[in-house]
Amino acid sequence: MKRLLLLVLFCWPLASGAVEDIYQFDSAADEHRFRELLVQLRCPKCQNQAIADSDAPISQDMREQVASMIRDGRSNEQIVDYFVERYGDFVNYEPPLTPQTLILWLGPMLAMLGGALLVGLQMRRARRIARGEDVL
Amino acid sequence: MQSRKGLWMFLPLLAFLGLAVLLASGLGRDTEELPTALAGKPLPEMQLPSLMRRGTEVSNELFIGHWTLLNVWATWCPTCYVEHPYLIKLAEQGIRIVGLNYKDEPDKAREYLASLGNPYMEVAVDESGRYGIDLGVYGAPETFVIDPQGEVVLRYVGELNDRSWQQRFAPVWEQEAQ
Repeated sequence: MKRLLLLVLFCWPLASGAVEDIYQFDSAADEHRFRELLVQLRCPKCQNQAIADSDAPISQDMREQVASMIRDGRSNEQIVDYFVERYGDFVNYEPPLTPQTLILWLGPMLAMLGGALLVGLQMRRARRIARGEDVL
Repeated sequence: MQSRKGLWMFLPLLAFLGLAVLLASGLGRDTEELPTALAGKPLPEMQLPSLMRRGTEVSNELFIGHWTLLNVWATWCPTCYVEHPYLIKLAEQGIRIVGLNYKDEPDKAREYLASLGNPYMEVAVDESGRYGIDLGVYGAPETFVIDPQGEVVLRYVGELNDRSWQQRFAPVWEQEAQ
């Protein structure tokens, strides 16, 4: 009994985190697109949430708008563009590659390369030491 | 060899300093305020019912030929109550303010203006929030400066008061005098 209670309590936050609205679509593909777009669009009010899991009124309105645009047969690209036109690149969790966002896209890669380079150099040095070469 | 190693020694320090400067420049920046995607673009097509003049519509024509503030407000918005006296003050100075009653109940909105005073020369009603999306609005209050060509010049998120007026609006508004 105690275990069951614990289980229920642990699951509670999961249940409240998911926003559930009922939207009807003509096809499973459309429904899939809807889910996809909801995690790609960022809530402008709450800053660090996709509109999929935000309770803000603006996110509700945006979900409504996404659903109605899907029913109107608009493509994913058209829908994302519609919001970017109004809210800027900020709403897009997949920002386009522009000079301003270059650091977003290249930063992690540069950090990885730099790290790999350091590790490589260290390994080479360690091997040399193991071979008894003079490294200094 | 020794000197080369010496230089390498400073690399982590340099990387740290670079990162520190980059991150420090981001500190204290207001992340609430998003750049408006509308700046320099015409006000989105407006066709909304008027709050006070029932049966009439508010359209973009209202903005042509005058500098105008478009103030997004609602009775559910606490900050709107705070900035309301300041809006009245601006209106008394002859500044043209159009209201956008955003996702509100028109009856409550009329009551609000009746009891607190009406700084708006016209109020458009956006009950569904659809026009708000066109404007890139994500809350209230938000205030836009619209030029006589009907183009968006400035967007401001948050309370309009003496400080924000002096800092953000006055430099733009002074163009009007010229």
